[in-house]
Amino acid sequence: MQNNYAYIALFATIGVAFTVATMWVSWVVRPTHKRTGSKAEPYECGELPIGNAWRQFKAGYYIFALLFVVFDVEVAFIFPWARVLRDMKSAGLGLFAFFEMMVFIAILLVGLAYAWRKGVLKWD
Amino acid sequence: MSLTLTGIIKLVFGWLHIPEFLVQPTVMIVAAAIILGFILLVVLYLVYGLRKVMGWIQARIGPNRVGWEGLAQTIADALKLLTKEDIIPKNADKWPFIIAPIIVFVPAYMVYLVIPFGKGNGWVVQDLNIGILYVVAVLAIPTIGIITAGWSSNNKWSLLGAFRAAAQIISYDIPLVLAMVPAVMLAGTLSTQGIVNAQQGTWFGIFPRWFIVSQGVGFIIYLLAALAESNMTPFDIMEAESELVAGFNTEYSGMKFALFFLAEFASMFTVSAIAVTLFFGGWLPIHPSLSFIPPVIWFLGKAAVFIFVIMWIRSTLPRVRVDQLMSFGWKVLIPVALLNIAWTGLLVILA
Repeated sequence: MQNNYAYIALFATIGVAFTVATMWVSWVVRPTHKRTGSKAEPYECGELPIGNAWRQFKAGYYIFALLFVVFDVEVAFIFPWARVLRDMKSAGLGLFAFFEMMVFIAILLVGLAYAWRKGVLKWD
Repeated sequence: MSLTLTGIIKLVFGWLHIPEFLVQPTVMIVAAAIILGFILLVVLYLVYGLRKVMGWIQARIGPNRVGWEGLAQTIADALKLLTKEDIIPKNADKWPFIIAPIIVFVPAYMVYLVIPFGKGNGWVVQDLNIGILYVVAVLAIPTIGIITAGWSSNNKWSLLGAFRAAAQIISYDIPLVLAMVPAVMLAGTLSTQGIVNAQQGTWFGIFPRWFIVSQGVGFIIYLLAALAESNMTPFDIMEAESELVAGFNTEYSGMKFALFFLAEFASMFTVSAIAVTLFFGGWLPIHPSLSFIPPVIWFLGKAAVFIFVIMWIRSTLPRVRVDQLMSFGWKVLIPVALLNIAWTGLLVILA
């Protein structure tokens, strides 16, 4: 059983090795031409790009990212509860465990309703 | 896989007088290589299958030139991509640009560690006791790669696509995970084999005791969120050809593009495999009397049905608008998924 997590490292290593190897093979067999003219320009439908893409940009997702962090932490709490719910039931604590989590979920739903009301769930 | 594999490798090592302690590492590496080969094979024929199915649905023929009925088409495409000139745009951030496809592909491969292809420990590479949590964790990583790709390309289309991707993936990650929770609650374990084993038996001797019986809503949430998570139509706004050129992979060509493509199709199979494991009894037969068909055939067959459904959706539905997509995720899927957890909780407590 101690090999459990060694496999994760092995898969990561083999995955990286595979991608690097394919890129290397492609580097060996593909032609390389000198990049002349507008070949190396970013593709903007044939127009020459005006300015750089690394400028002030509307990062519309940041408020969703904030909400995501809240809900992701919540999910991290729900998983252990989901795992032990059956055990709690056989220990006679079923209803207790159930209502504990319902209170937690209700608080979260109130938070979601607040965010909704505030209008942050709108993408524009 | 590894059980019989261990036997074979022990036998071969015995003949060749190779020391015993090398058996375990060899088994691990061979198992990982088999999975990699499986992914490549599956992707090869998923691409072909998708093109054929889409062709038939749209009253076309689809690829039929290379090889018998076009069966070698994808191989030819892969070779073409391998030998294509690779262009890194002038102002791009070179190293993030090169690393991004790796970040996207490797997690798509790592998920296969816990997918239970058949009965027993021999048919899953490693039945981690945190199986589903591992899937959730690993499936969240490609977002980083997509953002990296979009940002480092120094292209406005890429950046727009990457930002949309970030918003979409993190929004649909929550309903996806919340839709997986009820299966864990019903099974009382996080291990993927454990979840499949918990679905054994029948109701009234006819209906299989799969989790779909009580989790119809959960399954629909899962399917929608999974389509969005792996940016497939109708939720592919992050690489919408008609508005963003190709989103985050606009500037990618050659093998780097092929890796993004590979990851996308590998996750198409992953999504189907996880759906089968969580809701449709994994490798279990539909009725115990049909158990003479090997479990692995059941598993792959069920996964194939879902893959077909995904292809069907892809070739019939139009793309949704970006603001509709975001509000649908937050205002419909998440509340419904939370209520579904409450309902499942009641079911577990009162059953």
